[in-house]
Amino acid sequence: MIMRRIKGFMLKRMHGMITCREFEDFVLSYLDDTLPPNQRKRFEWHMKICRECRDYLAAYQRTIELGQSILAADDKPLPDDVPEDLVQAILDARGR
Amino acid sequence: MASEPSSQKTLGGLVDDAAAELLVRENIAWMLDLAERLLRDRGLAEDVVQESLISALRGLGDFKGESALKTWLHRITTNTAISKLRKLKRVAEESIDDYLPVFDQNDCRLELPWTQLVSLQELLETEEIREHVAKGISTLPDSYRIILQLRDIEGYSTAETAELLELSTDNVKVRLHRARSALKKLLEPALRGEMQI
Ligand SMILES: [Zn+2]
Repeated sequence: MIMRRIKGFMLKRMHGMITCREFEDFVLSYLDDTLPPNQRKRFEWHMKICRECRDYLAAYQRTIELGQSILAADDKPLPDDVPEDLVQAILDARGR
Repeated sequence: MASEPSSQKTLGGLVDDAAAELLVRENIAWMLDLAERLLRDRGLAEDVVQESLISALRGLGDFKGESALKTWLHRITTNTAISKLRKLKRVAEESIDDYLPVFDQNDCRLELPWTQLVSLQELLETEEIREHVAKGISTLPDSYRIILQLRDIEGYSTAETAELLELSTDNVKVRLHRARSALKKLLEPALRGEMQI
């Protein structure tokens, strides 16, 4: 608790540092690789000194990978999935 | 339907019946999958795919071949699904504040230590976890879930997602980040290897 207060104080006051809240605002751009070099440096520096943000980002990235792997795996329909009644309804409606 | 402009009939007539049937058969299954992912409802997904394929067959004359046919159909289906969500008013504002990261009064992040972060491979091995993730995504409010799906799963860019949803790119970015953060929170037990199976 006392350590966190010292950390918060340092990050807020010291030159070239960003707070965890600012880190949070940069996460998306950092991962999209669109952070300006200066901000990128601060972001990476914050990650070196802040365990919470480092852990957070790792879990955040794992979440994205997990969501992508699982939903992308569902994207393989079998050919016999073709619902005949729906196909017919579409072809009938087209003629009209 | 009876008073339809004749130009539409002509466009539809450009494709013969056999070609139309082939197009429908080759694409209907993945389109249903996509629509069901976006709408989370099989019945609604069928409506959306029917509407999408009919309008695709009628508009085939507009298809310039600049993009792959699949890309074109993907966009039509996504657009139709989003209109459907709008009509159902499911893209309404809902808060996910409870799942967002928390900070103390000094802007320091409050995050329990991660003694373990389970590897992707390990996570994917378990059927319960796969179901848990799919359920986690469904738990997100539609206005966030749809952005996460379009950007992270369907492969649309931020600009394309913004266009599809008629939102600013900044808004898309903010919501995408919140959706991912909230999902992380929802999946924490699995990611920490603490899920009871
Ligand atoms: Zn931090």
